[in-house]
Amino acid sequence: MRYALRRLGFFVLTLWVALTLNFLLPRLMPGNPALAMMSKFHGELSPKALNALEILFGLNTHESLLAQYFGYLHQVLTGNFGTSLSEYPASVSSVIGSAIWWTVGLVGVTTVLAFILGTGLGIVSAWRRGGKLDSIVPPVFVITSAIPYFWVAMVLVLVFGITLHWFPSEGGYYVTTDTPGFNLTFFQDVINHAFLPAMALLITTIGTWILTMRNTMITTLAEDYVRMARAKGLPGRRIMLDYAARNAILPNLTGFAMSLGFVVSGAILVEYVFNYPGVGYMLLQAVSGEDYPLMQALFLLITVAVLFAILAADILTALLDPRTRTAR
Amino acid sequence: MAMPVSGVPTEARATQVPAGHALARVGRAFRSSRKATAGTILLAIFILIALFPGVIAHDSPTADAYPPHLGVSAAHLLGTNAYGQDLFAQVVWGTRNVLIIAFVVGLAATGIAVLIGIAAAYLGGLWDNSLGVLTDVLLVIPLFPLLIIIAAYAHGATTLVLIVAITLTSWSYTARQLRSQALTLRNRDFLEAARVRGERPLYIIVVEVIPTMTSLIVASFLTNALYAVLLASSLQFIGLGDPSTVSWGTTLYWAQNNAALQTGEPLWAIAPGACIALLGAAFALLNYAFDEIGNPALRPVRKVRQ
Repeated sequence: MRYALRRLGFFVLTLWVALTLNFLLPRLMPGNPALAMMSKFHGELSPKALNALEILFGLNTHESLLAQYFGYLHQVLTGNFGTSLSEYPASVSSVIGSAIWWTVGLVGVTTVLAFILGTGLGIVSAWRRGGKLDSIVPPVFVITSAIPYFWVAMVLVLVFGITLHWFPSEGGYYVTTDTPGFNLTFFQDVINHAFLPAMALLITTIGTWILTMRNTMITTLAEDYVRMARAKGLPGRRIMLDYAARNAILPNLTGFAMSLGFVVSGAILVEYVFNYPGVGYMLLQAVSGEDYPLMQALFLLITVAVLFAILAADILTALLDPRTRTAR
Repeated sequence: MAMPVSGVPTEARATQVPAGHALARVGRAFRSSRKATAGTILLAIFILIALFPGVIAHDSPTADAYPPHLGVSAAHLLGTNAYGQDLFAQVVWGTRNVLIIAFVVGLAATGIAVLIGIAAAYLGGLWDNSLGVLTDVLLVIPLFPLLIIIAAYAHGATTLVLIVAITLTSWSYTARQLRSQALTLRNRDFLEAARVRGERPLYIIVVEVIPTMTSLIVASFLTNALYAVLLASSLQFIGLGDPSTVSWGTTLYWAQNNAALQTGEPLWAIAPGACIALLGAAFALLNYAFDEIGNPALRPVRKVRQ
């Protein structure tokens, strides 16, 4: 219980830091950048939209920074992120709603796949120490972990999209010939379009799971209870999975939570290369269109998503490992 | 961004010997590691290129001096791009920018990490709690989106802005590692002896604790340098750098802007990307080699001949 409260407190604290960063950054920059943005749209905005933006970015106000801050917190916590400037007059929340499921689908599925595959490979690699897999895996994935996401994406576009024409290399579905809906052709179309972006993410993230799992597994394999299991003559599979892997997977799970931020940044770049209609692509569109309200809201959304994933991993770790519950 | 690759991120890899011996042993292990050798050679090549780009590429990286879309030839090893710039010259001259960012951010971020990580562990109590929370919060806030909005408000990040922003946001992962190793040292006899001698905390941290952690501090530098390369290049690639900088990321930005892949100029995008990957690999290989030195259990198993 205390553990859960601690984690929840941390969650709230981090969220508050992210909110405060969002508030401070535009105000700290030399010559409030939102000012230029506002003058560009001057006269086109309704008074209500204008007021929301002024609160978000601290314009046309003589209030103290503290009063501005509370006004800002109140507005954001009641879910008003202002009006999108590039999609005017749509509200920011509704613009984001159209992009979010693309990213959740792509990144969610790929991350879970990478975690399962990577952990499995890590287990086998550590179990067959010095075997074929073990001699190839570490050096190869040390190198893939250093390759920029966007470059892997570009190579995939070049090879499988442009040269071989195996997969489409742009967008989430064929915008001209296909209409979104619950039917088989649309579903196939979406899978087809998601394949290359998913591969790009998988290739660049799987190495971490393999290496961390392999390395912790090597440590657990040296433990006395594993030796005991061997001495009892238990079958190898059982020792590998129930004795060693079961204990080694916990740090990997914590690592999973820690690394989500990296997955998110990878997803932004991959979506950008593939013009994939998700949150990351939208964030970069918002940046280039100087749509600061949209940009702020997306940053918060991404942070909250990562925080929730971390909270979920924390809870899972606590359920799987009684030691975390009693510790401290 | 490469995710952190290391054994158990939160557990320490303690070096159990006095500083002098530890250094000698690290040196020996380092020389016999193939990963370390490969990483050192790669890094040395890039440093040489960055120091003397003019010797290797005779063309100017920014002059639109040639016909556009030239293929690969002896005069233009990588051809020319849509602006008639020599791509080989761009790649060679671009090395300098990325290496400066890697080394400056690597050193500065490691400095902050050492200071905060070791201070937290050594001072303990309230200090440890507050510095620990600061580190953890920064660790979970998604770094790349944060850098994107900073660069957006700054209207494109010059190299200096990139260096400052990446340094201030990316030290937390290594600070956490350093803290957990420093914690294992805290109650060791040689530190107790120093305390009994009446040394001040600052003296103990600088003279007694830091030398014992050399191997992990070097590994921290390598991790931070790798992050810096990938983060800076990615920001430049999406157009949030200064578009007039000569760097691999900027070259990639112009390639993407001109749809280089789709218009039959793949080398424009592939060559600078490959360089980023190779430089990143150099840092990652060195880092992994240090991991294996700190934790001998991870070293490759050498087959014994029968």
